[in-house]
Amino acid sequence: MNLTLKIWRQKNNTDKGGFKEYKITDISEDMSFLEMLDVLNEQLSTKGEDPVHFDHDCREGICGMCSLYINGNPHGPQQTTTCQLHMRSFKDGDTISIEPWRAKAFPVLKDLVVDRSSFDRIIQAGGYVSVNTGGVPDANEIPIPKSIADLAMDAAQCIGCGACVAACKNASAMLFTSAKISQLALLPQGQVERKIRAENMVAQMDAEGFGACTNTGACEAECPKGISITNIARMNREYFSAVLSSDTV
Amino acid sequence: MSWVSKTLNSTLGRKVLMALTGLFLILFLVVHLAGNLQLLIPDGGEAFNKYAATMANNPFIKVVSIGNFAFILLHVIYSIILSRHNKKSRPVGYSITKASSNSTWASRNMGILGTLLLIFILVHLKGFYYEVKFGSIPMTSYEGVEFKDVFAIVSAAYSNVLYVAFYVLSMGFLAFHLSHGFASAFQTLGLNHVKYSPLIRKVGLVFSILIPALFALIPLVMFFQN
Amino acid sequence: MILDSKIPEGPLAEKWTNHKFNVKLVNPANKRKYDVIVVGTGLAGASAAASLAELGYNVKAFCFQDSPRRAHSIAAQGGINAAKNYQNDGDSVYRLFYDTIKGGDYRAREGNVYRLAQVSVNIIDQCVAQGVPFAREYGGLLANRSFGGAQVSRTFYAKGQTGQQLLLGAYSALSRQVANGKVKLYPRTEMMDVVMVDGKARGIVTRNLITGAIESHSAHAVLLCTGGYGNVFFLSTNAMGSNVTAAWRAHKKGAYFANPSFTQIHPTCIPVSGDHQSKLTLMSESLRNDGRVWVPATVETAEKLRKGLIKVNDIKEEDRDYYLERKYPSFGNLVPRDVASRNAKYVCDEGRGVNETGEAVFLDFRDAIKRDGEATIKAKYGNLFDMYQQITGDNPYQVPMMIYPAVHYTMGGLWVDYNLMTTIPGLYALGEANFSDHGANRLGASALMQGLADGYFVAPYTIGDYLAQNPNDRISTDHPEFQKAEKEVSDRLQKLLSIKGDKTVDYYHKKLGKIMWDYCGMARTAEGLTKAKAMIKELKKEFWTNVNVLGANEELNQSLEKANRVADFIELGELMVDDALSRNESCGGHFREEYQTPEGEALRDDENFAFVSAWKYLGEGLEEELNKEPLVFENVKLTQRSYK
Repeated sequence: MNLTLKIWRQKNNTDKGGFKEYKITDISEDMSFLEMLDVLNEQLSTKGEDPVHFDHDCREGICGMCSLYINGNPHGPQQTTTCQLHMRSFKDGDTISIEPWRAKAFPVLKDLVVDRSSFDRIIQAGGYVSVNTGGVPDANEIPIPKSIADLAMDAAQCIGCGACVAACKNASAMLFTSAKISQLALLPQGQVERKIRAENMVAQMDAEGFGACTNTGACEAECPKGISITNIARMNREYFSAVLSSDTV
Repeated sequence: MSWVSKTLNSTLGRKVLMALTGLFLILFLVVHLAGNLQLLIPDGGEAFNKYAATMANNPFIKVVSIGNFAFILLHVIYSIILSRHNKKSRPVGYSITKASSNSTWASRNMGILGTLLLIFILVHLKGFYYEVKFGSIPMTSYEGVEFKDVFAIVSAAYSNVLYVAFYVLSMGFLAFHLSHGFASAFQTLGLNHVKYSPLIRKVGLVFSILIPALFALIPLVMFFQN
Repeated sequence: MILDSKIPEGPLAEKWTNHKFNVKLVNPANKRKYDVIVVGTGLAGASAAASLAELGYNVKAFCFQDSPRRAHSIAAQGGINAAKNYQNDGDSVYRLFYDTIKGGDYRAREGNVYRLAQVSVNIIDQCVAQGVPFAREYGGLLANRSFGGAQVSRTFYAKGQTGQQLLLGAYSALSRQVANGKVKLYPRTEMMDVVMVDGKARGIVTRNLITGAIESHSAHAVLLCTGGYGNVFFLSTNAMGSNVTAAWRAHKKGAYFANPSFTQIHPTCIPVSGDHQSKLTLMSESLRNDGRVWVPATVETAEKLRKGLIKVNDIKEEDRDYYLERKYPSFGNLVPRDVASRNAKYVCDEGRGVNETGEAVFLDFRDAIKRDGEATIKAKYGNLFDMYQQITGDNPYQVPMMIYPAVHYTMGGLWVDYNLMTTIPGLYALGEANFSDHGANRLGASALMQGLADGYFVAPYTIGDYLAQNPNDRISTDHPEFQKAEKEVSDRLQKLLSIKGDKTVDYYHKKLGKIMWDYCGMARTAEGLTKAKAMIKELKKEFWTNVNVLGANEELNQSLEKANRVADFIELGELMVDDALSRNESCGGHFREEYQTPEGEALRDDENFAFVSAWKYLGEGLEEELNKEPLVFENVKLTQRSYK
């Protein structure tokens, strides 16, 4: 199939950037979206033009490195990661618009590459159980009901890609933050630091400049791992019960 | 910063204020509607006028109404703060968005709907509340007791087709605002549960249609009765 | 040089315990005076960085991805082995040790493997304490499943995303230490060289991938946790960014490279669909628990199928050849990876392949669905089936999956001793980057185990031993050795940028990959390898004269990143060929067609090849020197692997 690509090009963080149009021909529908971009980049490179920079790594839908806002949706028209999106989702003659994630907390580094280290800092604020290596009890010491373990696993599946932020009209990171808070609030291992974790992670999320949640549900609809906004409700509970009852002033 | 102001200034704190004030206003809508429905009792306005007098004189109601105004104000102020904050969170927007594929129109346009409702509230207050409280209105008497004839004012207002149209339209905005706001408030308060959330969403939907419809019914009925 | 593996004395079961007692310790107050560099933040890197920081060392952690959480460990699906024997099915530390040694076709050290089996139980405890949501039974205890090649259920898992959950656990521990100020994180930073002062590793030179800045970092020890080099084949299940550069630069600085040709070809990957293909996707091996592998019994049927004249579901039961079940009645579809892969190649070479390219076999769930119901199969493999359908457009509930082997893991790597130290003092290699524990073939669910064993439970002890014996004085990065290394790095990058030829980096990478796959892949011959060596030499020359790398160094430049990595892959490719050529036997993933049993199984030569090949770099253009570390087996009897 033949396609027209409208791609955001931006030299670096300070450059203003803008769209550039490219025509691309003979694309097979078995290609993944990123392979289609590989083909474009091979062509650009051969012509001596700077290839389009985009983040990608595992290409199996699990590392969370790929992004791209494709035709108005993060990761494109399907509820999956861009690397798992295949060209059979498009038609011959389509024009495809490709933009980077847009958020104050995700500054553009070059073309379609953005800096998502704000997510790392949110985790650093408390997304862990403070146990050192060694000296932990036997793994079967604490039985965990299967239903709880499964719920925690559902939340823990987050790949940190940032599609939730990209999709949200407020560029809110609540789905991401709540997924980690939920996972650890559900499990017995997370109870000791439950309150301080909720308080600190929410504070860091705010400090990074993410927006507030208005419950549109766009994040859940676009999340490639189907993380539920139930987690956001849980985070809200966790946060308020923490601020109202914790002994940190 | 004390923990209280810190909490209330967090994104979560602001949201909870929105939710709590919103839920109060939802409750107020029910009470208000119950009162207003008396306009439809075919007794020449006696029941309604008596009700209006009670509302005006009962000290408890007075306190509640001050609270009500405060909550509307808070709801408005915090929505402005939140909208500004949210706007700043994405300084460069997308050239194309297909938001309709992931969320409802109402959920994304609560600010616009809210602004339209605010205009309605101001017009509504000017037309009735202000007139009744500070304007000169005709009096009527039942069993020898004098009452302000609020019914007459309402009845007069609802004979104006433009006024009625404005009312009905605004109730449409209210319906959309509630269609998202009702369930959203529960979600924000963390009240999400596999068993109860579907129920909340259903009640919210019924509520968001029924209440505005009944509100809109009153001017319509009175217009056609005239 | 005599390779001293430093295996502790004493009975197998007591070696590690004795060693832990004998290692020197760094006084708690002195630990903060030592700096440790960790390159790579996968399971091995993140767990080592976190554990060392917890002990009190100052850690600098580097990764080329935008976040430590992206490391390719995250893509491991199936699970992690541990000798917990929670299932009461006869597992033990010794059995896990034995299975691993045997599965590795007796080309790993007994001491290392036994230690791995020992600490495996601690890993599970540690991960559970961190909040890793492993699968559980209704009673609330941990669930297990059996996994490729094992006859006990010792594999712990978290849906089909075990690697992800373990990595996020290690990443959380790492994040905690970042918050504590004990780890400084350097994402989007690539290691370009090791810096040695007085014969010891004292730091690294890096390139900031956003600005292009070449920077030096000094430390008292350097840990390479940089994963495997499967991408030398261009098409592999590795992440696009996975590379050998860190290990290769260390090799050129004097670290021996062990068993480079030992690569694992994973049997259950989605077949190649065309020239555009950028990578291959693995379907978890756990699918073989319920799926049946088959091809048409005759070439004629296969041809009809390829031409689209018949549909797969129309092929009658008697016309299907469930070749694994036929040849290996006791293990059936669960034979080890190398055996399953090689047999898929055989049937496809016979012309019985089932897709258009002729390089695919069926993995069929029809009978499992009939037996257990679609709901059960969905609960077990739902996400894998969805992934398959997403990629291929076929619905595996209705038609069998198509699979074909693909490069997945590299058992070879930097040579390390029992302490995980390379031949460069102060330079360590952990996880897939080293060669140590899997011999010539890795068992399923053992990679995660090894990465975490090295990082959580081995390196924190052994590095302390080294540091305790070395002074804590810091070296400035103004030291001439750092300056020299920085200049070499800059010169090399400038050279790549200045060639301005007319072929892209990917062009050369694909060419290299094809040579490696054709001649150094699932089946190798002396003749083919000799040919490959000449081709790689030629390719290297052409690359350095005709590659086109666009842009400049001082910017985010993905072509330059790739070029730098591919240049190293080409050199590694040559060494892999040398290694395969020098090993005149077949073992595990290394299959030389000249050395096979009449039934076509790998034929080991224990008399002459029971050793680790450790290659020493001697200089540009020179043949590398082969050093042999004899493998001594005191506890297991070497037998021909049989899965019949």
